[in-house]
Amino acid sequence: MSVSIHVQNVVKQYGQMTIIPGLSVDIENGEFFTLLGPSGCGKTTLLRMIAGFNSIEAGTISFGEQIINAIPAHKRNIGMVFQSYAIFPHLTVRKNVEYGLQFRDVPKAERAQRVDEILKTVRIEEYQDRLPERLSGGQQQRVALARAIVVHPSVLLMDEPLSNLDAKLRVEMRGAIRDIQKKVGITTVYVTHDQEEALCISDRIAVMREGVIQQMNVPQAIYARPANIFVATFIGHSNLFQATLSGQELRFSPGYAIDMGGQVRAGSDNTPVIAGVRPEEFLLAPPGRGLAARVVKTTFLGRYVNYELEFSDVSLLPDQASIEFSQDIGVARTVLRPGDTLSLEVNPEKINIFAEDSQSLMCEVAS
Amino acid sequence: MKQASAPRDFWFWTTLCIAGLFALFLVYPLFSLFASSFIDPESGGFTLSHYARFFGKKYYSRALFNSMSVTACVTVLAVLIGGPMAYLTSAFHIRGKRVIDTLIIVSMLSPPFIGAYSWILLGGRSGVITTFMSEYLGIRMPTIYGFSGILLVLTLKLYPFIYLYVSGALKSIDIALSEAAESLGCDPLRKVATIVLPLVTPTVLAGGLLVFMNALADFGTPMLIGEGFVVMPVLIYSEFVNEMGGEANFAAALAAIMVVITCLIFLGQKYVVNRKSFTMSAMRPMKPTTLPPLPSALAHGFIYVLVFLSIIPQITVVYTSFMKVNGVVFTPGYSLDSYRTIFDKLGAAITNTYLYGLSAIAIIVLLGMFIAYLSTRRKNLITSMIDTFTMFPYIIPGSVLGITLLLAFNKPPLVLSGTAMILVLAFVVRRLPYTLRSSAAILYQISPSVEEASISLGCSPMKTFFKVTAIMMLPGVMAGAILSWITVINELSASMILYTGGTRTMSVAIYTEVIRASYGTAAALSSILTLTTIVSLMVFFKLTGGKELAL
Repeated sequence: MSVSIHVQNVVKQYGQMTIIPGLSVDIENGEFFTLLGPSGCGKTTLLRMIAGFNSIEAGTISFGEQIINAIPAHKRNIGMVFQSYAIFPHLTVRKNVEYGLQFRDVPKAERAQRVDEILKTVRIEEYQDRLPERLSGGQQQRVALARAIVVHPSVLLMDEPLSNLDAKLRVEMRGAIRDIQKKVGITTVYVTHDQEEALCISDRIAVMREGVIQQMNVPQAIYARPANIFVATFIGHSNLFQATLSGQELRFSPGYAIDMGGQVRAGSDNTPVIAGVRPEEFLLAPPGRGLAARVVKTTFLGRYVNYELEFSDVSLLPDQASIEFSQDIGVARTVLRPGDTLSLEVNPEKINIFAEDSQSLMCEVAS
Repeated sequence: MKQASAPRDFWFWTTLCIAGLFALFLVYPLFSLFASSFIDPESGGFTLSHYARFFGKKYYSRALFNSMSVTACVTVLAVLIGGPMAYLTSAFHIRGKRVIDTLIIVSMLSPPFIGAYSWILLGGRSGVITTFMSEYLGIRMPTIYGFSGILLVLTLKLYPFIYLYVSGALKSIDIALSEAAESLGCDPLRKVATIVLPLVTPTVLAGGLLVFMNALADFGTPMLIGEGFVVMPVLIYSEFVNEMGGEANFAAALAAIMVVITCLIFLGQKYVVNRKSFTMSAMRPMKPTTLPPLPSALAHGFIYVLVFLSIIPQITVVYTSFMKVNGVVFTPGYSLDSYRTIFDKLGAAITNTYLYGLSAIAIIVLLGMFIAYLSTRRKNLITSMIDTFTMFPYIIPGSVLGITLLLAFNKPPLVLSGTAMILVLAFVVRRLPYTLRSSAAILYQISPSVEEASISLGCSPMKTFFKVTAIMMLPGVMAGAILSWITVINELSASMILYTGGTRTMSVAIYTEVIRASYGTAAALSSILTLTTIVSLMVFFKLTGGKELAL
């Protein structure tokens, strides 16, 4: 049934352009694995190599023990959900779902039973005799999912399946996909550019950029300890400060330094580093302590308040969209207004320190 | 890189087969044509004398100039008429649009020399209008022969290409684009100039090319109405037919010159279009609105007059087909004599037309679907070469194609001259592009992921083609096939070269009857052809649920 996937040193080239320069990843049996990255990072390319729609220029891809490079797509026993759903417009919902079963030796009776079952699982039984053009986006999505799962594929491949849905439906469907995937227990490779979607749906995420995996880990770890500045800013927001590190002392400004308490690999004195602080990881300090800041813009978001800040005596990494501090509404006594000043400290346990040259994480990561 | 890893699957073999067919039936004949244009018929050696003769004698090179000038004028006029007409009928409510469309298509799809012949009957030296004007109003009508006659007949016959092309393109413009322009403060006229016009420009260029090529290649019209105004196809035909004995090489040289010229024009157009083209698909196509009374009346007037002018030849033909004849001379009163005569004497021509036509269509549909698929989904060196070769029929005038095929297949190893097969071959080569283009067009609208979905579910690429892709392509294929069919049964210029007594088709028979001045039988045959065309169109509209003809 479901199998693990092993990608070893695969290379993808289009003419002279190298899209994936040599990528390896192992996906466990039954795992929900997400390829996350900005558009053009090679995530869909990789997915289509696994599916068999893109050629593999070098390296191998195996399902379990079997190398599948030379196996044509239709013999790989995959289930695939496409961004455009790719529902067959000339077939009814039921016929769409049943389609893949006719290429497998499934007895007629079992076929019907399996289709009934999956239609129920994805909750589209009442539309089964309709033509797809009369279905909403969410319903088409369910048909696509049912059609891919009903054949009991070795792996389920999903290419941005939710990007054509509206926000509310997207949240609902990602829950549904997650539930159905766990229920069926099938190895799933999921491609998205939406970090929130990736964080909430995946067992593990690989963050990709320019054909290279930047970081591969469980969602919490990727958020808490991004491997480099790209990941730190692509997933969630990070405020980036230019600071110096001497031993365990991280200095933001002449007047403010914190002790990292052994969390960071020490370098020589006054090593220039970049400190990444998440908006929610600032701590409000009594005036005079920490870093002085001024509110530029206040955004009230219900559960929390978001402040866009301006610091006076620290140097920030240039070209950042904004410097943000968010405060849980439960702990905020008052909502500050633009022009108000405040003092902020950073939490040494949460802060991430990146080497200035390589931009990669210098903190010890608890494994 | 891609070919190296291309699997030897169904499509690999299909590609090879089609490449083979093209090599045998298109590349080899063309090569023979060019080769024989350099051969001295007496010594059998290499010579440039045929070309020297063409460019040396004013009579010959004049034909080229005549062809180019009349063709250019026809193209410009067709665009100026067809474009605005398409916009008016798409953007505004025009009464009887379905009827208008049908009439326009019927007028477009009949053999053009029918137009020439009818206009001579109406506006010729002793034509109905000419006589009426001079006798009752004392007005001398301008001559309809020569340049102006060809211009009139071909423009009226060819503007429908632009009309249909542009109508199709306008349908693919999302109304949101036009609304966006308006929301930005653009008035309706400027909207047409800044949004609509640029968006349909590639289409206009494509349609313009089609008109240009058709006008350049047409020989029935200039033959009848051109009189002293000799154009290239007429020259080629007469050189070839008159001097079949030993001067086929000179005709081949003329044909080669034609091919080179059309080739250059075609490449130039393709270059321009490639730089300007883009794909569009409308989620909400443009909906017609109602014009204020005065502009509405003007628009209706413009359209009705044009449609009437373009359908006059058909009316004339159908009317004369029911006139009483005595021998070949019309006498007062009405009868079915002409029909009786054709069924007695020319029945074979009718059955030949349908038999060859249907055979050609079967081949065209199959080839069209496969080639469309290969050139859109399996792009590689060979398929793009095949795709390029399918454009040749646009470039090669029918009479040139006739000569080309005849020169290639009138000698061993493959002797086809005089057979029905060579006619079917000519039909397939000439009319494949209609089916091919519309099949390719619909394929572009079908997301490749639908096929990938089928393949991912375990269906092999070949089965996927027949189970999913072909079915989804069907509307486009049928639309193209009907157009191919209609143009096949109306094909004249290649048939004229290739037919023999036993393989005469209706359009050939009409032409020979006209030449024999047997106007009644010619009219009756034309009426049958027109009726077939109309019935085919009705089937088309029924099949596609009233969709427009996709060229």
